[in-house]
Amino acid sequence: MTEQEINNIRADFPILTEQVYNKPLIYFDNAATTQKPQAVLDRINYGYKHLNANIHRGVHYLSQKATEAHEEARKYVAHFINATSSSEVIFTRGTTEAINLVAFSFGECCCRAGDEIIISMMEHHSNIVPWQMLCERKGMRLRVIPINEKGELRLDVFGELINENTRLVAVTQVSNVLGTVNPVKEIIQTAHQRNIPVLIDGAQAVPHIQVDVQELDADFYVFSGHKIYTPTGIGVLYGKREWLERIPPYQGGGEMIQTVTFEKTTYNELPFKFEAGTPDYIGSTALAEALKYVENIGIQKIAAYENELTAYATAELMKIEGMRIFGTSEHKSAVISFLVGNIHPYDIGMLLDKLGIAVRTGHHCAQPLIDHLGIPGTVRASFSFYNTKEEVDIFIAALKRVIGMLG
Amino acid sequence: MTINEIQNEIIEEFNQFDDWMDKYALLIDLGNTLQPLDDKYKIPQNIIEGCQSRVWLNAELIDGKVVFQGESDAVLVKGIVSMLIQVLSDHTPGEILDTDLYFIEKIGLKEHLSPTRSNGLLAMVKQMKLYALAFKAKMG
Repeated sequence: MTEQEINNIRADFPILTEQVYNKPLIYFDNAATTQKPQAVLDRINYGYKHLNANIHRGVHYLSQKATEAHEEARKYVAHFINATSSSEVIFTRGTTEAINLVAFSFGECCCRAGDEIIISMMEHHSNIVPWQMLCERKGMRLRVIPINEKGELRLDVFGELINENTRLVAVTQVSNVLGTVNPVKEIIQTAHQRNIPVLIDGAQAVPHIQVDVQELDADFYVFSGHKIYTPTGIGVLYGKREWLERIPPYQGGGEMIQTVTFEKTTYNELPFKFEAGTPDYIGSTALAEALKYVENIGIQKIAAYENELTAYATAELMKIEGMRIFGTSEHKSAVISFLVGNIHPYDIGMLLDKLGIAVRTGHHCAQPLIDHLGIPGTVRASFSFYNTKEEVDIFIAALKRVIGMLG
Repeated sequence: MTINEIQNEIIEEFNQFDDWMDKYALLIDLGNTLQPLDDKYKIPQNIIEGCQSRVWLNAELIDGKVVFQGESDAVLVKGIVSMLIQVLSDHTPGEILDTDLYFIEKIGLKEHLSPTRSNGLLAMVKQMKLYALAFKAKMG
């Protein structure tokens, strides 16, 4: 991307002109949540000003318009991830709810005592705990794919873990700590050889990588809107039709029913079967707006620029004495986790904050991974297409100053 | 010195700096000069687990006064631990229980005590008061 293009993008994100502690904000916490462009903010405003009525049930004009907008948004999401049909796109509150939905409903239909679920060492808590809860409920076992010293999945061990008791494999496409981009297509192929379905946690992937659920042949693919320039509270569960038909509803309520009597309720068709209650029909349209924004720039172009930025920051960081970077795979996304000497990550994060730089510190909701690495946590800088090399330079200078104070 | 006199002294020390980085340099100094906690006190029941960093706190009643010792794995947290000990240690349980800890807010470090920081400090302050309460009950 040219400097002009980046400047244009930056101008679309109002928060980037904020000052913190009288210093220009440098936002390097994009893996936690991303900032929102004006077009998305405008879409929310427009929705409440012109299209606000409860959807799917009103006969009146506004309700119909709101319903159309919500369903158009669903179609756009389906297009963005290349789902076969928009009825395979379920709106959820986010990645966490989507995984909980599958862990519950898949568990109900297809799991029993003695069965196994395979996850990986680098999962976020939201792709660990729901499966643990399922295992406790049903008397099942959780198996974990280990990682190598570069922070890559040990596929050789995965091949050994998978067996006749395996019911489902749930892995992240991109690690939120290590940045590793996992070979999920290969994992899916291996699992499918034994007819085992795979859930891919796409929370960290969707903002940075072109996702094609058909090409991946993923059975379930989940992501959050807020990590791709959308407000919080909306996310997506993609599921293959055959699976979504097979697994029972997650929550009961309005919207998800066909007919209700006190004796028996029949459920609505897809996707509504999984959307109990009034959905976030403003959030869905905001999500579609954000995805359009990304698509207009081009995800390949975004990825190329973010990779360039990550490579530049990595090279600059490596010049610092005592620098340890966690996650050194050649297949990496825009995330850098590091430690310097014996300095505690909290100290670095707090001082960088006072210099206007927002990074994340701690275990990043991946405690088993951090424990495995034998460290108290990391400092994590994560980039987006609105970040610049100049910001990286300021960050590096600030980091050196902070290390000087702490070292 | 009374607890409030110590608090006021700390406030004065910090208020000579306008720049955040100077205040933090002082905090780092305090952290680095905190007497390390003896390993015999680094036992599980003395750990206050935070999400980001951990704090150890030990308390003893000596001649009717509570003596605190503590440490943390993060130096900024250690700096605040050092000040909390400076303020509260060597006072009677009653004095500690009556204390309004205003110095942290006054020196602009209140954010370290916010629940979202999860660094163990908020729990440490609570724990210090709980020790005082327990010692007071014991003394009758």
